[in-house]
Amino acid sequence: MKLKTTVTLCAVAFALAIANAAQAGTLEDVKKRGVLNCVVSTGIPGFAFPDKDGNWKGFDIDFCRATAAAVLGDPKKIKAVTATGKTRFTKLNSGEGDVLWRNTTLTFSRDVGVKLRFHGVNYYDGQGFMVPKKLGVKSAKDLGGASICIQTGTTTELNLADFFHSNGMKYEAVTIETNDEARQNYLAGRCDVYTTDASGLAATRSTFTDPENHVILPEIISKEPLGPATRHGDDQWSDIVTWVLNAIITAEELGITQANVRKMRRTSKNPEIMRMLGKEGNQGAELGLDKKWAYNIIRAVGNYGEIFERNIGKDTPIGLERGLNALWTNGGLQYSPPFR
Amino acid sequence: MTTLAGARTTDDRNLIARLWDNQEARSVIIQIITLAVVLALAVLVLRNIAINLEAIGKEFNFNFLGAPAAYDISFSPFIEYTSRHTHLRAAVVGILNTLLVAVCGVLLASVMGFIMGIMRLSSNWLISRIVYVFIDFVRNIPVLLHILLVHGIIVTTLPPPRQAIDIGADFFVTNRGFFVPAPVFQDGAGVVGIVFIIAIIAAIVFRRWAKQVQDTTGKIYPVFSICTAIIVGAPLLAFVVMGAPLSWDIPQLKGFNFQGGLALKPEFLALWLALSYYTSCFIAEIVRAGILAVSHGQTEASYAVGLRPNRTLQLVIVPQALRVIIPPLTSQYLNITKNSSLAIAIGYMDVVATIGGISLMQTGKEMETMIIVMGVYLVISLTVSAFMNWFNRKMKLKER
Repeated sequence: MKLKTTVTLCAVAFALAIANAAQAGTLEDVKKRGVLNCVVSTGIPGFAFPDKDGNWKGFDIDFCRATAAAVLGDPKKIKAVTATGKTRFTKLNSGEGDVLWRNTTLTFSRDVGVKLRFHGVNYYDGQGFMVPKKLGVKSAKDLGGASICIQTGTTTELNLADFFHSNGMKYEAVTIETNDEARQNYLAGRCDVYTTDASGLAATRSTFTDPENHVILPEIISKEPLGPATRHGDDQWSDIVTWVLNAIITAEELGITQANVRKMRRTSKNPEIMRMLGKEGNQGAELGLDKKWAYNIIRAVGNYGEIFERNIGKDTPIGLERGLNALWTNGGLQYSPPFR
Repeated sequence: MTTLAGARTTDDRNLIARLWDNQEARSVIIQIITLAVVLALAVLVLRNIAINLEAIGKEFNFNFLGAPAAYDISFSPFIEYTSRHTHLRAAVVGILNTLLVAVCGVLLASVMGFIMGIMRLSSNWLISRIVYVFIDFVRNIPVLLHILLVHGIIVTTLPPPRQAIDIGADFFVTNRGFFVPAPVFQDGAGVVGIVFIIAIIAAIVFRRWAKQVQDTTGKIYPVFSICTAIIVGAPLLAFVVMGAPLSWDIPQLKGFNFQGGLALKPEFLALWLALSYYTSCFIAEIVRAGILAVSHGQTEASYAVGLRPNRTLQLVIVPQALRVIIPPLTSQYLNITKNSSLAIAIGYMDVVATIGGISLMQTGKEMETMIIVMGVYLVISLTVSAFMNWFNRKMKLKER
């Protein structure tokens, strides 16, 4: 009996050890599996959250769907691997996820120390503070002595420590594991302040029953370039993720939309559009993808502007302005290298 | 093949068959095979880890411990800590916080457990039923839910600092914690401390001496009362003589929060209370089993030889009950320590939250930080185990 248990355990452990062995060749793995595993957050309205039918929706999810459309030709073939701030890199590095689309800040230590590959920026953000209006706080410089709710394992934790240290103020850090729990603690009054990226604050505020009673302070205390990441050691897969993001931004610049992409592919005489949409050249094959990879992306989720407005733009409950995320031609920072 | 090879195969088969028939040899063979498989798996897993770390270009080392942690820990009652200190110091803060909640939890759970265990045996129907229902309700719900429940109650039902409940004597109750005046030691407090230590030593010496007297002459001193008098009385006298070298740091509402004084944070309170009452339910059942294990005949026998009821309890019942209680009690103490790692759920900064959480995230050293965290729990648990084993040996039936 004892022996039998031992043998069973050994078999299971063996299977696990073997399963994790292969890592390079992510593209082949994904194609074989037929499903793309995206590491996403455990739930931030507008960015990544399951709707009432359990379908994942949001800004980051659309980028995940775009990747699936490029690789597998079908935006529905995704699996959301949810991860907290703490577990996200482990889930990516252990091979549980193929790519990370989870409002993750690109930093030196993550790029170099955690050994990730970052592939550009899909949202330019910065850390802000939200307080209840009734406290009468006007500036982040007035927050000395306050209790502040933060999510653990994030860059915000470090920015906060630096901000208060350099301003010579004290505070009580209430460190919470997920956005949801942090929100509950803030609403219950455990903290005076909730801090995270400004986009996350707007998203969280949109879920309150009384959003008008909470203000986001004017100070932005950090740079938070959020973008996708993959593991080290698979250059082909890294290239694919990089150019999926670039294709989405370039599509907006070139005026390709979900509605007109079919017509554009048929009739456009612009060489860059023809190259990108697979009418000319063999960029798709060079990436190891179908020649209509970029066409599939735009058909599935649209260009950058469309993804933005649909999930987090002015007409959504989140209500974010394009701001820094406008195209470079409109005074923003979204700028893609050319498809040449 | 040749006949020679065939013959050898038969021979070998015979040897194996013969060994297999021998029970002792068979068990050795099975053990060797099992051990080989386990070792092979261990090697495979380690090799796998090495290859995978290599593949993503990660090195295995502990150098990050000396770098600044760069994050804040709001609860560090024992040592000073700021975001400029190292990861190593953050780990120490976490370890101390784990130890704090474990020690406090063991104490409170023991007291509650013993009281409930005795109440459970009460002849009063109402008392024994109430305790019975409480125990079965609590111990059948996962401890994580208890922790979240207590934290939720503290945070949502108590008022914010500006509407704090003032329960007098500068004690304040808020949803940011319970604030009490903190003792501040003045010059001369050291003398009181030294007197306290001397008093404890004196009490131990007295106890030895009293036992010797009892063994030789049979005369019994009231050892407990005298020891208590020495340990409490002597420092108190020293305190008065030194002119009361103690003042109080009173908590005051400044800005957002109370400043000064001692603060019992909701995270600590929730973890401590939930772990304690959860574990106390198991301890209560252990205590009940221990007491019931001593047959009633023992009581009657000691009455018959003329022992008074309290001496009967002290000399006959409790020592025998303890023999049954201590081994399972050890596992409960270990459980408190290990369950304290659920602290992360409510944001109590224990060793899992600091070095095994934030440091892990900020440095990307999963293997290294997890090895540290596991090592810490192993050392704490083995220490508790060793102590309880020593205590068990001391309490066990001495066969002469």
